[in-house]
Formats: sequence, C-alpha cells, structure tokens
Amino acid sequence: MSRKAMTGNGAIALALKQVDPDVMSAYPITPQTEIAQNYAQFVADGAVKTEYIAVESEHSAMSAAIGSCAAGARTITATSSQGFALMWEMLFIAASLRLPITMPVITRALSGPINIHCDHSDSMGGRDCGWIQLYGEDAQEGYDNAIQAFRIAEHADVRLPVMTMIDGFIISGAIGPLEVLQDAQVKQFVGEFEPLHPLLDVANPVTVGAFDSLGGWYFEHKVTQNQAMARAMQVIEDVGREYGELTGRPYSHFKTHMIEDAEIVLVAIGSAAGNVKTMVDKLRAQGKKVGLLKVRTFRPFPTEQIRAALSGARVIGVMDRSDSFGAQGGPLFTEIRSAMFEAEPRPQIFNFIYGLGGRDLFPDDIEGAVALLEKAAAGEEVAQTRHYLNVREG
Amino acid sequence: MAKPKEIANKPERLTGGHRLCAGCGAPINVRQIMSVCPGPAVVTVSTGCLEVSTTIYPYTAWKDSMIHSAFENAGATISGVETAYRSLKKQGRIKDDMYFVAFGGDGGTYDIGLQALSGAVERGHNFVYVCYDNGAYMNTGFQRSSATPCGAWTTTSPVGKESYGKTQNRKDLAQILVAHDIPYVATASPHNFKDLMSKAEKAFTTPGPAFLNVISPCPRGWRTPGDQTIALSREAVQSCYWPLYEVENGKYKINYKPKAEKKTPVADWMKKQGRFAHLFKPGNEAVLEDIQAYIDHKWEELLKKEECL
Repeated sequence: MSRKAMTGNGAIALALKQVDPDVMSAYPITPQTEIAQNYAQFVADGAVKTEYIAVESEHSAMSAAIGSCAAGARTITATSSQGFALMWEMLFIAASLRLPITMPVITRALSGPINIHCDHSDSMGGRDCGWIQLYGEDAQEGYDNAIQAFRIAEHADVRLPVMTMIDGFIISGAIGPLEVLQDAQVKQFVGEFEPLHPLLDVANPVTVGAFDSLGGWYFEHKVTQNQAMARAMQVIEDVGREYGELTGRPYSHFKTHMIEDAEIVLVAIGSAAGNVKTMVDKLRAQGKKVGLLKVRTFRPFPTEQIRAALSGARVIGVMDRSDSFGAQGGPLFTEIRSAMFEAEPRPQIFNFIYGLGGRDLFPDDIEGAVALLEKAAAGEEVAQTRHYLNVREG
Repeated sequence: MAKPKEIANKPERLTGGHRLCAGCGAPINVRQIMSVCPGPAVVTVSTGCLEVSTTIYPYTAWKDSMIHSAFENAGATISGVETAYRSLKKQGRIKDDMYFVAFGGDGGTYDIGLQALSGAVERGHNFVYVCYDNGAYMNTGFQRSSATPCGAWTTTSPVGKESYGKTQNRKDLAQILVAHDIPYVATASPHNFKDLMSKAEKAFTTPGPAFLNVISPCPRGWRTPGDQTIALSREAVQSCYWPLYEVENGKYKINYKPKAEKKTPVADWMKKQGRFAHLFKPGNEAVLEDIQAYIDHKWEELLKKEECL
C-alpha cells in the first residue's frame, strides 16, 4: 500500500484503472469530467486494456454500457447531475436486465435553475431505479467503494448494477490523502469477470430484453429483482469485511461515532458526515451526549441494522442534502423515520435540509440543529419536523 | 452473391411463429438481410413492431443473439456490443468472427434514435444499421414520423376541414448518413431481393459502419391489403418515390433507373393506399401536383449527384 495526495475524481479514476475493465463508455459532465478524461488518457497511454467509447450523450453512455455488459464485458461508466437524469430511463433497464455495471456518481444539483455544485438531488432522485447505492464521505471511501462495487455487482447472489457516490467539488475536486493498493492486489480482490448468458456466446445465442407484457412474467421479474436487492445486504457486508482484511479499512452499511450513550444522534450521508463528526467531538467536550450515524448503503436500505443502532437515541436529526418536493421530508429522513416506526420507545425525529446547490454547511448550522434537538429532548414543543440550514429568508 | 436457391435452403435466422401482421414488410426484409450475414451475429432492435412481435417472453424468433433495451438507442446499444466484442477478441477471449446489426423502424431511426445512430456511425463502429421504413409510428397505431410522406393521413397528421394530412415532406435520412462520410449507404426494397441482398452482403462485409434504408410497407398503417406489400414496394421504386441507390465511399450509384415511359406517376401508387384516399377527392389537385413535383425534384437531384460524385 502507498500513500498519495489526490482529488476525489483522481482517486476514483485510479481505482477504475487498477480494476482495468473491458469497456468504458463515458460522456463528460461537471464535476465528473476528470474521471472521463483521466481514463481516456490511461487508454491513450496503453496503461489499460479497456476499450473506451466516447459516446455522444449520457443516454448513449448507459445504453452502450448495457450492450457491452450484456455482450459479456466488464463495463463501467461515470456521471453527474443532468447526465444522471438523461440516463434515467436506461438506469432502470440496466438493473432489470441484471447487468453488473458499476458507475461512480459525482453528486451535483439538478437543474433548474442550472447549478453545477454539490447536492444529492441526482443520486437520491434515482434511489428507486434498482441500483445498489453506496455513498462515500471522502476520496478514500470513493476509491474503496469503487473497487468493492465490482465484487458486489458481480456476486452470483446479486447481479445488479452498483453506483458509488462522492460529493461533487467538495470531494471530487479537493485534494486529500489516499491509501492506494497495489494494482495486483486490486486485480486479485475483484477477480475475473464471469458473464452470465452473454450475447457473444456463439454456441448459446440468447435474447435479452424480451417483450414481457400482459400475460408475461413482468411482475415475477420485478419481485425477483427485489429479492436480489435484499440478498445484496449480506454481500455488501461480506465484501466490506474482506476488503477490511486487505486494507485495514473494513466497511459495513454505516459507521457510527459516539452513539452508544448518545441521547441525540445526527444521521448524515456523504461529505457532511465529516463536518458533523467534528462538531460531535466539540459538543462531547462540552458534556453533551451527541453522536453520529453515517450512512453508506442507501439501497438496499439497512433498516433493521439502523433501527438497532439508533435504538438508544431519544432524538434523531436526519441531515438531507436533497429535498423531496411535497413529501414528508428528504429521502434519508423518510427512510430513517420509517425504520424507527417500529422502535420501542419511538424517538422523536427531525429533518435538516442543507447544502442545496453547494450551499456551505457551517459549524454554527450543525450547532443550531443540535440546539433544536436538545429542546426536543428536554420536552419542549418543536413545531416543525423539517428545517432548512443556512437558508436566507424569503 | 449466392444463388437464390442456395439462399432459400439456408436455415432461417428469424423463424416463423412471430406475431407480425400478415403482409408486414419488416420480417421479409429482416429474413432477406440476415440470410446473407456471413457469420454469427448479435442483433439489436429498437422498440417497435419488429421487437415486440418477435420476442414475446418466454419465446424468441431470433436464432442469433438479440438485445432490445429501449426505443432511441439502437445505435448506442450496438456500439456497446461491438466494443465488447473488440475488447474480448483482442484479449483472446473470443475466437469467432461475428457481425453486428441494428434494426430500427423509421420512428426509432429518423426521429428519436437519430442522435444515437449519428454518434455510432461517427465513432466508426463496425456494424450494419437497417432502418425498416414504413413511414409512421405503426406500433402505437399510425402516428406521423419525419419519414411520413406529405399528404398521408396518420392519427397525428389527421385529415380534417383544415388539413389534408401531413403537410411536410419526408426527411432524407440516407443523405444524412451520406453526410457522415461512412463507407456504405444504400436504399433498398424487398421486391428486388437480389439488389437488397447484395447490398446487405456489402454492408456486412464493409469494415466500419454501413447503413441500409429499406422500404417496408405496412398494410395496417397504409390501409392496403396484406397481399400487396411486394407490389407496392415495386411501384414505390418505379415511381421514384423510393429510388434504389448506393453510396460507396462517397461514390453514388443508382441501381434502378426507370425509363421515362416506365416512371409511373406517384399518384398511381398513392391511389392504392387508404392513407392517401382523401387526396383524390376534388380540391386536392394542387397538393398532388406538389407531391409529384417534389418527387421529381429529388429524383433529378439524385441523377445529378450520381453524375457528379
């Protein structure tokens, strides 16, 4: 293992290079562009065996990835924001065809109005498209998740595509420390790709994507797709444990910090978890019983595990970097509150929406959120469930 | 090209039992084209009649591997398949020589799939794209596409007090592909099977992208009897509504030039189709004249291109 200083995008491009898949199809979009261009350079330099398709749109990026993966090649792409939205139709099809494509998503706000900075509107909007979703906090987690994604996606119990998120600019463009595996270690960890029923098997031709309408098996196919998603829960844990044995950095569905005796727990996802952790330490020094739960696996959602981890909390504050228009709260909030419905006793749960379009999250904002949660913990009435951090008045 | 008898004895690559309508031009075209494919193929079909009728789960009419994923992306899908093949072949993980072909209707090619097709041919993937052009969105029940001829009734270019059907001329798709400077572009028709099959063979064996635009009568949408498909294809060519030509590395060749007395008025062809019936009521003479003038203009233009290029 070696230590480097790299951007989040650089770290992910390096992870993909070390895996050296058969095909990459990609289209540039801010803030993912660095991955598309770094990888094109690896190909130009002969540093990888990958065939690169410089497609003319993200819809075609995902369509070509589907064709390539179904043909029998280990296949990757990467995107952000509008690109993610443009491939929306094909995301569902990749998952329903059970194709183990992997895709780093460098999260960015969705238009309109146009905004190139970080929030989770893109990936959270795609939370129900049938892909496994792993969120990373920093460049290291982006690198680690990008590698593990292959093992999870290609596992015989799963066979589903995996997207791994890092926060646009905040992580993708910032230089940070990175522990890097040797190429051979990565190759050994991910192993060879074994396609199932590939189109290119001349002896066994196959029809992929048949018409499955009324009188067909569409419903049954959807149920089995969801069963694969449920099985992924264990596979993600097993792969995370094995990766830990290799690197000293074990992964599970989430990470906790100081929650054992915490009365107030903040739940966060992505880079903000680092900010919250710093504030938890500061507030602990003041004697406040505060903790953090950082979510890594959002799909499949680790309901039971999270419920158990949060069972001691009296008040929970869920931090969402995307809003959900007309819903009861942000996507992470609605999952957490639903998970805690069966907790006994049931904690109070509040939602803090922050950082839309790259708006900063300051220490004061987190302290303000905790102050509000403390009021609730003290039995004071807190009128609203959903609160916006660092937003200007009307 | 192999003799017709040899071709007729080759195993079918699109089997019977599919559920396309009687008289549909699409399977006739597909069978003729696939019969000259020199080796195992992977086929992709954009969403449409051909796709839904040949792959009703758990059945398939395709003897080669086939993938369908969506409507607008046949060009991108086949790009992915062909690239996977190149990658695995280079690595020694595949031994066979294989061929790649995409079939799209006019909706999936002229309209919603034009970008993916343009991207795929610009990148130079080694594949054949076949548009089976029946002149409207027939699968959803006859809506106009940019391939629908002027004057045709469709449900979204309806005939009414203020409308004689589609008021615009067709998009000239073959010329758009020619403008991509790809090695091979051709138009064809199922009535002239020798011409169609020799063009398909050229398309398969030409390295790089090749494009075939094949007329494909639709008895339901054209409002014609199912046994007139081949006759209507022939007359489309004879009237110069559907000229047969090929452009090989930029060089034009018209494969059939009707002599002046044999070039039939396009109205004769239109009269046989219910989708144009309204044009033959009094008051539409000028529309018919305009349609004929446009056909003649395009034909003259093509003759000039052949002469100059």
